[in-house]
Amino acid sequence: MSFSWAKAYEPKHPLMKWIDERLPLPRVVYGAVGGGYPVPRNLNYWWNFGVLAGIFLTIQIVTGIVLAMHYYATTDGAFNSVNGLIMRDVNAGWLLRYAHMNGASFFFIVTYIHIFRGLYYGSYKAPRELVWMLGLVIYLLMMATAFMGYVLPWGQMSYWGAQVITGFFSAFPVVGEPIRIWLLGGYAPDEAALTRFFSLHYLLPFVIAGVVILHIWALHIPGSGNPTGVDVKDEKDTLPFHPFYTAKDGWFAAAVLLAYAIVTYFAPNYLGHPDNYIPANPLATPAEIVPEWYFWPFYAILRSFTFDFILPAKLWGVLAMFSSILLLFFLPWVDKSPVRSGSYRPVFKRFFWLLVIDVIILGWAGGGAPTPFRNAVGQISAAYYFLHFLVILPLVSAFETPLPLPKSISDSVLHGEEAEAAPAGPKPRRTKTATAVVE
Amino acid sequence: MRFILGFIGAVFAGVLLISLITGLATYFKSPPAPLAAEEFHKPPKPLHLASDGPFGKFDKRQLQRGFQVYSEVCSACHSLELVSFRDLRELGYTEAEVKKIASDWKTQVPSINPDTGEPATRKAIPSDRFPPPFANEIAAGAANNNAHPPDLSLITKAREGGAAYVHSLLTGYQKQPAELLKKFPGSKTPPNLHYNPYFANLNIAMPPPLTTDGQVQYEDGTKPTVDQMATDIAAFLVWTAEPNLEARHAAGVAVVIFLLFGTVLGFLAYKQIWYDAKRVVRVTGPLEPENQAKSRRAKAKAGVAG
Repeated sequence: MSFSWAKAYEPKHPLMKWIDERLPLPRVVYGAVGGGYPVPRNLNYWWNFGVLAGIFLTIQIVTGIVLAMHYYATTDGAFNSVNGLIMRDVNAGWLLRYAHMNGASFFFIVTYIHIFRGLYYGSYKAPRELVWMLGLVIYLLMMATAFMGYVLPWGQMSYWGAQVITGFFSAFPVVGEPIRIWLLGGYAPDEAALTRFFSLHYLLPFVIAGVVILHIWALHIPGSGNPTGVDVKDEKDTLPFHPFYTAKDGWFAAAVLLAYAIVTYFAPNYLGHPDNYIPANPLATPAEIVPEWYFWPFYAILRSFTFDFILPAKLWGVLAMFSSILLLFFLPWVDKSPVRSGSYRPVFKRFFWLLVIDVIILGWAGGGAPTPFRNAVGQISAAYYFLHFLVILPLVSAFETPLPLPKSISDSVLHGEEAEAAPAGPKPRRTKTATAVVE
Repeated sequence: MRFILGFIGAVFAGVLLISLITGLATYFKSPPAPLAAEEFHKPPKPLHLASDGPFGKFDKRQLQRGFQVYSEVCSACHSLELVSFRDLRELGYTEAEVKKIASDWKTQVPSINPDTGEPATRKAIPSDRFPPPFANEIAAGAANNNAHPPDLSLITKAREGGAAYVHSLLTGYQKQPAELLKKFPGSKTPPNLHYNPYFANLNIAMPPPLTTDGQVQYEDGTKPTVDQMATDIAAFLVWTAEPNLEARHAAGVAVVIFLLFGTVLGFLAYKQIWYDAKRVVRVTGPLEPENQAKSRRAKAKAGVAG
C-alpha cells in the first residue's frame, strides 16, 4: 500500500475484472493479504502470531454461532443446555463446545505472544502507535468477551467469577454500588445478568472483528515492522505477502492447530476448573474462586493490595488492575528510545526477559489459593510490573547506548554471505589492501 | 507525562511494598495455625481405566458392572440427572433391556393424571432421564442430616483427580489416625460425619457406601471386592460425565494425523517457495586473490558457471 513498488491488482479472469470495476473488493484483498502487500523479507516466526490470532477469532465465531443455537440463556436451563443438550445430544456438540472452550485459551496464548513480540521489537513506536493502541482495544474487548463467555455455562466458577468481577465496581465510593447493580440488572448475578452477558458475548466478537480491520488497516500504512527495527528502504528489503508469507503462516498455523487439536481432543478440561462442572449455587461459595488462566496475572495484581493505605485495599487493587493494562496505551511515549528492536538494546533486552518471567510468576501467584508465601511473591512481582513499565523503561530508554544498527534490512539478512566473502584477516588490514589495489 | 506516569508507578509499587511488609509482619507475629486438613489430606491413589490415554476406549462390561453398583447402591441418594435411560444402549444393553430398566426403576417420573389433571407419577420410559431419588434439595437434605448428595452425572469432571478421586474416596474410609488426634485434639470427627483422608476437609457426611465384599452380585463372574466395585463405579461415572469419549479419541487421532500431514506438506511448500528468496546473491565488489581462489573452488564444487 505504502510502497511505490507494491504490485497493483491486475484481474486475470474476466469475471474478476467485471467485479473489480464495480466493487474493488478483490483489489483491497490483494493489497492487504495478497501479492500487493510488500513485507520485510527478514520476519522471524514471532511475526506469525497476528495471523494466528485472526484464525482463532474465526474459530471462536464459527463454533460460537452454532453453540448459541443450542444454548438456553436462563439460570434454570443454561447449565443443562451446555452439559446435557450440547455435550450429549447435539451432533458433534461436544466437539463444538470443547473447540470453543480451548479456542478461547489458544486465542489468548497466541495474543499474548503477539503482544510480547510487540514489546520486544518496539512495535508500539512511531509510526505504529495507533496499530498498538488498536491492538490493546482488541485485547480489552477479548477480555470482556472471555469473561462473559465463562459465565454462560452457569457453573460455580461462572457464578462466583461474575460475582467477583462485577464486585470490582463496588470498590468505587458512592457511585460504585449503583453502577454494579445497574450492570447486573439486580443485586447479584441472576437471570438479567445472564441474558445480557449472552447478548454481549454474541455482539463483542463482531466488534473485535471490526477493530481487527482497523488494526490491519493502520498497520498497512507504514507496513509491517521487522526484527531489525530498521525501516524498509527499497524493493530488495521486501517480499510480497503472497506467496511468501502465506506459505510461512500456512505451515506454522497447521503446526499450532495441531497443538490445539491435541488439547481439544485429548485433554479438553486441562485448562479449565473442575468447579465449573458444578451447577451455580448462590448459597455455596467455592473453596477458592479463580478466574480462567489468562486472567491470573491481573487477578494477582488485584488481590496483592491488602493494606488500606489512605484508600481501601480493594480500591487500590481495582485501580492497579485497570492501570496495569491502561498503562500500555502510553508505551509509545514512555519508551523514548529511537531504536525499535530489542535486539540492538542490550539493557532493555535484559529487562524485557525479566518482565516475561515476572508476568509468568504473577500468573502463578494469581492462579492458586492465597497462602502467605503466594501473596508475598505476588506483591513483589506486581510491584515489579509497575516499576518495569513506568520507571525502568523510561530510564533505560534515556540512558542506554544501543548497538549499531544494520544499514538496511537486506544488509542484515545477507550478513552470512558477506562474512563468507570477506577475507580472514583483521578488518583494518583489509581496507589497507583495498586502498593499495585502488592506488 | 513520563514523570507523572513514573510517579503513579512508584505509588503502586510503594503501596504494594506496604502491603507486603504488613502481610509479613502479621505472618510472623501470629503465624496461621496449621490445619489438620492441610497435613492429613491425601491426593487420590492412581487409578488406571481402559478409557485413559489418547487411545482409551470404554470397557463395556466394566461400565455395566459400574451401572449395577450405581443402581443398587449410589442411586439411593445420588441423582444422575443428565443421563437418559436410552443412553444405556451405549453400554451394550438391548432396547428391550433398556425398556425394562426404565420401567423397573425405583423412582417414577412426575406426570399429570390424564383424567383428573392432578399431579401423578408414571413409570419411566427410555427417553426419560434418570429420575432423582429425592423430590427436591430440601427433601434430600432432610433425609441426609442436611448434607445434599451431589448429582453424579459430571462428578468425575467436577472434582480434582476425576475417577481416581471417586475410587480413592470410596475406598478411603478409615478410623481417624491417633497421630491426628494427638496433634489436633480439637479436630475429632464430629458425630454423623466420617473420616476420609481423600475428602477435602477430611470429614465427609456420606457414610461408607461400599462396606463388604459381595455387596453387589456381579452377573459376569467378576469378584465384587470393595476395590473392584469402587473401580467399576468410577469407570461408569467417567462414562456418564463424558459419554462421547470414544468418539472424541477416535476423531482426535484422525485430526492429529491429518494436521501432521498438513504441517509437513505446508513446511515443504514453504521451503520450496522461499528457496530463491533465501539465496539472493549480493554484489560485494571484486574479491581479493585468496578469496577469488576460494570462490572458484566453491563454484566448481557446486557446478555453477562463472
